[in-house]
Amino acid sequence: MLCEKCQERPATVHYTEIINNKQKKMHLCEVCAGQLQAEGFNFMPQMNLHNFLAGFWNQVPGTQNFAPHTRKEAGCPACGAPESLLAKKGLFGCGDCYKHFGDRLEPLMRRIHGSSTHTGKVPERAGGRARLLRKIETLRARLQDAVNREAFEEAAQLRDQIKELEKQL
Amino acid sequence: MGIKKTVNSARSGWMGAGAPEGDIVVSSRIRIARNLHGYSFPHLLDREKAEQVIHAVQLALENGELVKQAGILEMNRMAELSPVERQILVEKHLISPNLLEEHEKKAVALRDDELVSIMVNEEDHLRIQCLLPGLQLEKAWEMADKIDDGLEKTLDYAFSSKYGYLTACPTNAGTGLRASVMLHLPGLVLVDQIRGVLASISKLGFTVRGLYGEGTEALGNLFQLSNQVTLGHSEEEIISSLNSITGQLLAREREARKALLQQRREQLADRVGRSYGTLMHAHMMSSEEAMRRISDVRLGVDLQMITGIAPEQLTELMVMTRPAYLLKQAQGDLSPAQRDNMRANIIRSKLNQR
Repeated sequence: MLCEKCQERPATVHYTEIINNKQKKMHLCEVCAGQLQAEGFNFMPQMNLHNFLAGFWNQVPGTQNFAPHTRKEAGCPACGAPESLLAKKGLFGCGDCYKHFGDRLEPLMRRIHGSSTHTGKVPERAGGRARLLRKIETLRARLQDAVNREAFEEAAQLRDQIKELEKQL
Repeated sequence: MGIKKTVNSARSGWMGAGAPEGDIVVSSRIRIARNLHGYSFPHLLDREKAEQVIHAVQLALENGELVKQAGILEMNRMAELSPVERQILVEKHLISPNLLEEHEKKAVALRDDELVSIMVNEEDHLRIQCLLPGLQLEKAWEMADKIDDGLEKTLDYAFSSKYGYLTACPTNAGTGLRASVMLHLPGLVLVDQIRGVLASISKLGFTVRGLYGEGTEALGNLFQLSNQVTLGHSEEEIISSLNSITGQLLAREREARKALLQQRREQLADRVGRSYGTLMHAHMMSSEEAMRRISDVRLGVDLQMITGIAPEQLTELMVMTRPAYLLKQAQGDLSPAQRDNMRANIIRSKLNQR
């Protein structure tokens, strides 16, 4: 058995802790056990961004946590990465995974970013039209802002720019 | 030339003199994540596919129009560098520690002035980074944006109209943009306000980290402030809110420095003077102590208590005293004591040079 903290050395210290009638067992190597004692902290697996993400994903309804053993795990058709990859490592396998996990991704993205729709740069290849539309949208927002501030000269300029772009659509 | 020069010198383009707000903002960084359509993300790639990605990026970088816009970016495979040289690139902030793992699948394209670096097969296929001295986020974004446009002429990016640029970790999807500033905040630390200030920043969707990224401590009163959210805001919005938060932090730091000067002038001068004296005369210096003392001296320089030292010399000194750089200079192994001695020697000769 390997030490559960470092996953490198064999576990030689077996430690049982009972707090409030809850029993917790740990299997550690001597080095990690020594550190643990020196720190005086309760041992906890290292928490990082990817663990957190995995936790989020597990809480989204419809994901594996919901029905742990009933649904057969289907991998992404493009890269074959199973859902458990995201649940474990917090990483997708390829760009197509975003399509494959589809609707269930929405709540996750909202939880991370507070939004689930991209409003930034669009690559030229993804379509000049999408790019233009986005640019017009941005200009319209600025136009509204200029009108609110009663900056009419600026507003007139923005209006002309928008008209010019709309001709290109 | 090229990468060998980079790993042999502690000086880097981003340490330029006279940068905007250079007394507090050490550097501004823009990093954008991009992935190639049709390839699995790097953590699932075998060596052969990883090599194909590196090759595709290399070809894209040789595109004439891109070279005209962004200059020559030379591709270096991580495997061609020694472990010490790789670590120096991290110490100079040109690559992230992630690029050291499984290095046989990874590469970095560097521009000679070291303001632009493109990591290949880090967590994403491409991480385009522009690093400028002082507070210059917009300019850094402009540079990164142009390089991105140039690369896209040749490379087919993984993009969805809904989720934007697709990244291995969903926390980077959308713009794929991480904008950050490195701030030197000794005033707020000394007046003991730093915790409160940093706690409020994290409530605004920004994170604060130590000098070398995720999970590192704030050495030498240096803090890295960056955006958390990458989806749902445009690049310009993200940069402008980081700019505005940085502006407020600058104001607070300056207030703190002013208060220290008015109310604790002697204590402050004593602290600065002691650190300066130690750096000038010590023969043994740990890395932690060096960072702390250099920070004090930098504050002294900013407040004109010490003259004749440029802030960028101190930034350079911070890189020169990091472990890998010392090993490289020694051209062999060093015991911890030898290392501390060599660090002190470098600092003394650098400060007595002027």
